[in-house]
Amino acid sequence: MKGYTHGSGFFAWLAGGRRGLEGYLYVLHRVSGLALLLFIVAHIFFTGTRLLGEEAWEAVMATTHSPVLMFAEYLVFAAFVFHAFNGLRLVLVELGFAVGKPERPVYPYKSSLDSQRVLTIVLMIIAGALIVMGGFELLKFPG
Amino acid sequence: MRSRNLKFWLLNAICGLIIMVLAGMHLASFHLDDVMALVFSNTTEPLAWAQVSARGQSLAYVAGYVFLLGTTLFHGFYGLHTVLTEAWSSKRAAVVVNLFCWFAGLGLFAIGTVAAVYFHVML
Repeated sequence: MKGYTHGSGFFAWLAGGRRGLEGYLYVLHRVSGLALLLFIVAHIFFTGTRLLGEEAWEAVMATTHSPVLMFAEYLVFAAFVFHAFNGLRLVLVELGFAVGKPERPVYPYKSSLDSQRVLTIVLMIIAGALIVMGGFELLKFPG
Repeated sequence: MRSRNLKFWLLNAICGLIIMVLAGMHLASFHLDDVMALVFSNTTEPLAWAQVSARGQSLAYVAGYVFLLGTTLFHGFYGLHTVLTEAWSSKRAAVVVNLFCWFAGLGLFAIGTVAAVYFHVML
């Protein structure tokens, strides 16, 4: 079977397209998901140092107090919160919540995205508030 | 085929919700401990060696860790699989991506599980 393409592949991520806000959330969801997967792999090996004993563990923990790693930890936190709340939105919409009632296609046509947008905005405000709150703890650089 | 894909999608969504709750609790208690101390007065330094050892001795904690590891890796590699097969959708690419995701996911799960169980036995 000959291969086929789905539009522009990764390059299509650079534009939200006619879906606007939801299009950009789609891109951010994928980017944050890939970043979190990369973090999980590092996290498995980082936490594995507990097998080497207390000294090795404390040495690894000491490196996490550098401003660069603290900022990286904050980015992971922000990616997790965004990915979780956007994922919740996707599941709710997929299950038919907040998409509005079905209507006859009478001109001027209405988009289901307009009905979903309330849910999108509410969940993104909650995610944004949590990300800001996390910054108060995770961005307390030493010294 | 479609029914298998649907089952995987459903499992992926369920894993996502589980991760949201469990990893959310993990993040709150391990990385936002100062904020949590405002709500719960009896919080301790969660990443100190004494606390790490105490958790490692608890079988329930080890079981919970392995469960969260499995759900997270499944969700993560399912997502990676979706992204890669959308970009490269030839039959050969699908086989390569499939094999890579299963091997990498199961390999990482084995490493994380062995580390958790070995630490539990070692203590």
